[in-house]
Amino acid sequence: MSVPPEQHDDPIPARAGVGLKPEHYADILDGAPDVGWFEVHAENYMGEGGPPHHYLTAIRSRYPLSVHGVGLSIGSDGPLDRAHLARLAAVCDRYRPGLVSEHLAWSTHDGTYLNDLLPVPYDDETLRRVAEHVDEVQSTLGRQMLLENPSTYVQFESSDLSEIEFLTELVKRTGCGLLLDVNNVFVSATNHAYDARAYLDAFPVEHVGEIHLGGHAEDRDDGDARLLIDAHGSAVADPVWDLYAHAIARTGEMPTLIERDNDVPPWPVLEDEARRAERVMRARGSNRVSAR
Amino acid sequence: MQRVFARSVLDAARTVPDGVTSHTGPRPKRRFDVYRNNVYVSLIDVLAGRYPVILRLVGDDFFRAAARCFVEACPPRSPVLMEYGDGFAAFLEEFEPARPLPYLSDVARLEWAWNRAYHAADRQPLSADDLAPIAAEDVPRLVFELLPSVSVVSSPYPVFSIWSTNISDVEVEPIDLASGGEDALVVRPHLEVEVRRLPHGAVGFVSALAEGACLAAACERAMAESPEFDLQTNIAGLIASGAISGYRLPGGTEI
Repeated sequence: MSVPPEQHDDPIPARAGVGLKPEHYADILDGAPDVGWFEVHAENYMGEGGPPHHYLTAIRSRYPLSVHGVGLSIGSDGPLDRAHLARLAAVCDRYRPGLVSEHLAWSTHDGTYLNDLLPVPYDDETLRRVAEHVDEVQSTLGRQMLLENPSTYVQFESSDLSEIEFLTELVKRTGCGLLLDVNNVFVSATNHAYDARAYLDAFPVEHVGEIHLGGHAEDRDDGDARLLIDAHGSAVADPVWDLYAHAIARTGEMPTLIERDNDVPPWPVLEDEARRAERVMRARGSNRVSAR
Repeated sequence: MQRVFARSVLDAARTVPDGVTSHTGPRPKRRFDVYRNNVYVSLIDVLAGRYPVILRLVGDDFFRAAARCFVEACPPRSPVLMEYGDGFAAFLEEFEPARPLPYLSDVARLEWAWNRAYHAADRQPLSADDLAPIAAEDVPRLVFELLPSVSVVSSPYPVFSIWSTNISDVEVEPIDLASGGEDALVVRPHLEVEVRRLPHGAVGFVSALAEGACLAAACERAMAESPEFDLQTNIAGLIASGAISGYRLPGGTEI
């Protein structure tokens, strides 16, 4: 399907943004920090009223906003939850985000919501189904969406495409964009013993509209191999910063989100990480930009 | 595939599904356990954030064990997690290890009412001045509209005192469980959720108003429950709480 180009009055700039947490509402409104934009999880703003809408409305009037869905279960083997898609559309109508994104994952089965981003096999059947769901989301929202590469802990014997092939074909079929989560690349590459840089070199960067940076935790698997967990509860790790520099050299300057969902630190900690991302972006992304 | 995967995630006694693999071997249990852990820990954390007084009353280990049983019995039916945990009070009522603490479920009802009020639709409360123009003879026929955030919680235990000291005090006040029942009004007039103790008879009164009864009928019901019910005090209390968003006279004025 064809997707209308982005025509939003408040686009997300090629700067660092921060995931918005209720703990920081007051810091942001009182301190007016110089960050490029904020991102919210759509599901946290699906209530009828109250402080979440009050504060987000105030923050949205001062900053560009990106809406990131975590519960649409686009990778479900059943139909999309239309009621939930309608709620997502309502959040977008209300807050006019510059970008809207979701995950290549599933989280609902038979009406039960599992509150985790569960993996899909990379095969033709899954590709067909996910493409249908992305089409449905984009036609309902009337705009392009970005789909995020997942962090995974297991693989499927039935997968006969690589993740890159799967995402590339999905973009071709639906016209969606991609959200490149660099921490997820590092987590999945470590967990499945492949080269994260080679993955980034093969990634269809011309379709990337946003980058995510977050923290991970570390464990060991059944065979005592490293097992990284996408926990979003700590600072961005050094190897992920290195990979980010590698990615940004390919994508050019790109909206980059600092994500912290658990053990949320005081606001200045996240603002520092956002500044660091912008330094990397300015230092490494300029080659690509000047080459345009 | 997803049916089997979902069942195995929810039930750790099941084996890792066929077809799930990794570079260190097929059907990797520790890897699959990451999904199991993510699901349970995240949902237990949601409940811990929603029921902070229950958590304080029973302690972390008991709470997490109880919450895990609740998640197993009643996993979320919607991705909108602000709506998750409605049944926790009813669950605690039947939860055998919680039997020695019979007041827990009423405290949980109060905490759920708080969560509901936090996310309820916004409505501007009326002030006493807004009600001043009403003619005295019209007062019995008045029908009040309450804020969408309003709930009442009624308990044979001192539920307001238990909630109040545990939510706000570093050192909790000792509470005599034999001191009798308490009722609470939960409302969010502006940004802050407020919880107030209701006088005797007020539960019937507020409940009747919430059902759309006129003032006279609501008063009658309150008197039946508690002969010492005082209408003036209760109306003044409701207005002061910011619980009334409008009124109408059948066939007449509407505000």
